[in-house]
Amino acid sequence: MTTTELEGIQADKVVDARGTGCPGPILAAKKGIVDVKPGQIMAVLATDGGTKKDLPAWAKKTGHEYLGVMEELGYFKLFVRRVK
Amino acid sequence: METTKKTIILFSGDLDKALAAFIIANGAAAMGDEVTMFFTFWGLNVLRKTAAPHHQKRFLQGMFGGMMPHGPGQLGLSKMNFGGLGANMMRKVMRQQGVTSLEELIQSARDQGIKLIACSMSMDVLGFQEDELIEGLEFAGVATFLGEADEANVNLFI
Repeated sequence: MTTTELEGIQADKVVDARGTGCPGPILAAKKGIVDVKPGQIMAVLATDGGTKKDLPAWAKKTGHEYLGVMEELGYFKLFVRRVK
Repeated sequence: METTKKTIILFSGDLDKALAAFIIANGAAAMGDEVTMFFTFWGLNVLRKTAAPHHQKRFLQGMFGGMMPHGPGQLGLSKMNFGGLGANMMRKVMRQQGVTSLEELIQSARDQGIKLIACSMSMDVLGFQEDELIEGLEFAGVATFLGEADEANVNLFI
């Protein structure tokens, strides 16, 4: 997705993993994804740069759809759509 | 048979290596994998309670037990430990960087249902009773571990 498309997304749940290092953001994603329904979108906030690679890998493995990342001031906002 | 199960042997009682093992284990569990960790020899020190019940032991076992780290808070680094100073500096830097502590990673491993197996032979050698180690462990030997490893697609020795 393009940045403009991502900016338009209203996440159904926001998981704040800022300030945590590996594997904090992935653990937070695992805990958070069960709180949204299939088809809904979870946003993960992270300061750990590795999350930009790790969250897509996590989504692929767990069968969810990674939508993209937006760079905010001092952190990243990543979007995942729950598939099943 | 398609499997994504992971097995990890923690042989080392070093803080850095234990951290690596628990980060991989927690990451794998977060990815939806079944994970089994097998703790043997120095790795058993990671599972020790800080304040464990006292037992009558053989002289050498008592000496080993007294001198080895009592739990994750007392582990040293495999390099640049400087008598524990290095380990404390590492813990401080990790706190500053927001890296999850070993204590939290162990708790997270239990919360995620990671199977923790303590090697009973090593426990006998080092003189550890079951109640000197943290709760929620299984106690078994090499055959149990190999049975678990047979079902896994990744096995690490750390």
